[in-house]
Amino acid sequence: MVLPVTPHTPGADSAPDERRAVRDVVIRLAGNSQDGIQTIGGFLARLAGRSAQDVMTYMTIPSTISGGPSIFQVRMGSGEILSSGDQADFLVAFYQHSYESHINSLRPGGVLIYDSDHVVPNPEDRRFKSVGIPITGATVEAVGGSSKDKGKNLFVLGLIARILELDPAKVTGLITERFGGKADDVVRNAILAFDAGYGTPANTLQECLCRFEASPPRPAGRPRVTVDGNTALTFGLLAAGVRHGAGYPITPWSSVMEALRGELPKYGGVFVQAEDELAAIGYALGFAYSGHLAVTGSSGPGLSLKMEALGWAVMSEMPLLVINVQRGGPSTGMPTNVEQSDLMQAIYGSHGDAPRVVLAPKDAEDCFYIALEAGRIARAYSTPVLILTDQALATRIEAFDEPDLAALMVDPKPDLSPRGTDFQPYPIGRITRHAPPGAPIATGKYPTVSGLEHDELGHPTGSPGLHVKMTAKRREKLKLLAASLPVPEVQGDPDGEVLVVGWGSTCGPIREALKQLRAGGLKAGQVHLRHLHPLPPGLGEIFARYRHVLVIEMNDEGLYGFGQLAMMLRARYALPSITSITKTDGLTFRISEIVNGVNRHLGNNGSHA
Amino acid sequence: MSAAAAIPSASAPFPPVPLTKKVLTADHPTWCPGCGDFAVLAAYYRVLERLQYPQQNIVTMAGIGCSSRFPYFVNTHGVHYIHGRALPFAAGLSLGRDDLHVFVFGGDGDGFSIGGNHLVHTGRKNVRLTYVIMDNFVYGLTKKQTSPTSPIGFKSKTDPTGAFDQPINPMRTLVNSGATFVARSHATQVNHMIETMERAARHDGFSVVEILSECVEFYEGAFDAGNPRKGGQFRVIEEKKHDGTPEDELRHDPADELAAYRLASQPWPGVFGVFFETNRPTKNRLEANLIAAAREKTKAASDLALLQSSFRRLR
Repeated sequence: MVLPVTPHTPGADSAPDERRAVRDVVIRLAGNSQDGIQTIGGFLARLAGRSAQDVMTYMTIPSTISGGPSIFQVRMGSGEILSSGDQADFLVAFYQHSYESHINSLRPGGVLIYDSDHVVPNPEDRRFKSVGIPITGATVEAVGGSSKDKGKNLFVLGLIARILELDPAKVTGLITERFGGKADDVVRNAILAFDAGYGTPANTLQECLCRFEASPPRPAGRPRVTVDGNTALTFGLLAAGVRHGAGYPITPWSSVMEALRGELPKYGGVFVQAEDELAAIGYALGFAYSGHLAVTGSSGPGLSLKMEALGWAVMSEMPLLVINVQRGGPSTGMPTNVEQSDLMQAIYGSHGDAPRVVLAPKDAEDCFYIALEAGRIARAYSTPVLILTDQALATRIEAFDEPDLAALMVDPKPDLSPRGTDFQPYPIGRITRHAPPGAPIATGKYPTVSGLEHDELGHPTGSPGLHVKMTAKRREKLKLLAASLPVPEVQGDPDGEVLVVGWGSTCGPIREALKQLRAGGLKAGQVHLRHLHPLPPGLGEIFARYRHVLVIEMNDEGLYGFGQLAMMLRARYALPSITSITKTDGLTFRISEIVNGVNRHLGNNGSHA
Repeated sequence: MSAAAAIPSASAPFPPVPLTKKVLTADHPTWCPGCGDFAVLAAYYRVLERLQYPQQNIVTMAGIGCSSRFPYFVNTHGVHYIHGRALPFAAGLSLGRDDLHVFVFGGDGDGFSIGGNHLVHTGRKNVRLTYVIMDNFVYGLTKKQTSPTSPIGFKSKTDPTGAFDQPINPMRTLVNSGATFVARSHATQVNHMIETMERAARHDGFSVVEILSECVEFYEGAFDAGNPRKGGQFRVIEEKKHDGTPEDELRHDPADELAAYRLASQPWPGVFGVFFETNRPTKNRLEANLIAAAREKTKAASDLALLQSSFRRLR
């Protein structure tokens, strides 16, 4: 395959020394869902990962089948990137509606790049630098033929590469990799469109050319990968030894089940698309009982449907991984928006006293590691483990070091060894170790795994005393787990005025806000919880070292004025210093929302940062 | 390679235990004296005695209901799951472990009401397992409410003036579902039950047997019409022998789906035996094929190599 050589080289007018040096840039691409803006956003993220830059993305997809407005935001630059950015430095508007909906997300002084074939910006609005480029026309002209304006995303990619001084050879390399499996003319057209964008006359772009500051050198080590949260989670499950699972399609969980359905057969495993959510957890429990580490998952309403079976998993003490990619609720709610409103359900959902484990990954990288942790706990404590991720994390792309798979991979095979005469399915003084079918039992007495309250041999019992003992057994094993967990790390000041506490996908934004607050003179620290149930040890002592403990969550303050984790922590530690900053707009936290929220709580009106 | 092939067999070093009624008997049944389910349990022991599978490779499981207490009374690996959902659990078990023999027992409420969707979809997927529905036309464990098979006019606590919702026709539902072995028996006809259950167990696919099993407490005499000792008629389906004789023309061909449907539509008490039997690839087989194709494509790369190459693509 012969590829056209990128013909353009930057002219003298854009020599690096004339470019503005920036630490990082936030680019928001606004168009429609069929314009392929996710594709170029993905290219930019991957490119950043392969260069020295750090990266984080943010995207929205409409909950319609096809079409509808869509955005992709990429923040890339030198040093640590903790959020996808509050305000954009560059807005690329494909349509009039994109311009109108997103112009206020551009920071004053930022650059509006608009498709002059579709957009007429307000001439009165002088807050921004405006660059009109006939993106549609130029793409059609460059690519020619019958492909219409297909490829204008790559034209824009070329334009951005020119503006940010990205290595065109690296970008075209990525394009070739991405479209390599397709027909030659697909790659050729893509490169033609990219080149046309990259060749935009320098005088048009003069005011907005920039370059990244030199990145601090990265310790030589493992190669970097750029991965979205759901993919990282899927790979984490594979590394954890999950070879069996079942699910039912629902946004934003579906991409995990699609990936598992595609990957598991290669590993000799099975993933079943079940008839409904109740069947999905049933299949997964069947796999689990048969001796495999199994997974099921869902989002929002789907978790509600699984709750009865989850109660059985607790009662029968079955190891199982349950993923909840949270979205806005209740009911169908906001299926393509983010929320952290399923914490209480994860901890207390189902019926009866049903203790189980709940974990939450803090970023895309942690989606990989949390799956390993969940698998470890499920097997060691013979318990269901819920993983609470969310819509923002599911689609967010981040760059991180490739995991050391050789050291991490787990290979749990069903243990079918004969069980000795001391075997009991439900010993009161020990953690349950099930004998999967296929395992001979030396006593000749085969166990029944049960959802009825049972004695140590698994026989149903109505004995009040045994129910007390077995309820305690199921509780105490999680207390054993709690005692074994590490004390959470405190970021920032080890004591002081404010401790900000969060869980899940908000870790990066909270940390960025913490940096601003501390730079403004506030003595503040951060704790981010990965283990939500049971809670790790040492939290009470940490909380006591701060005047205010502010729990930052994307859920409602509820009837009593506290978010869901704050309620838990107040109940657990009985500290009046614990309060909440919550929100329910279905969008990830902006840094300014957290900073302003903390200041408002302190009555400072923005004096810190 | 199939998923099952990867699992080492534990049965080899363990001395096999000949399966007898004594070996198979576990807890004493909690059913009411005279309940039809006792006969089904006895027939199941006989079937296992005939089949002589390794004891540790048999799983007896159930959902919720009177009949679903079954696993506690059988000395095999057992599962007592939740109401109506035994089939997906059993299907996961079967797909996860091809070396097992999975038997599910349940009632009409479990199977046709709360679990109706699973029945149809397990049929559609044709997962290799055997499902015995002990149909008593009434909710017994909750003490006499209308069940999905209660006939019109049946007086229950939820229909004191007589039920008027159209009851489910189990054979028609099952033939329609895609189940590849559909049969019907009567708890008073022990030999027929044993023959039918054994055939179901030997079938490679989703096999279902509905057994009319009287609830003496809440629906006494429900199935007398099918019991010669109570003045009824136990009419057994004569299956085609394909011997070219004229009388063979009149016999039932279990591979004929439409004939099975017509047979299922006969007036009460209908006929007993195998209504439908066909060989369609099981989900177990199709998933194993999928695995084999994927392993061939990846040249049976190790799990570590597979995941490493997935990550490499994201660099």
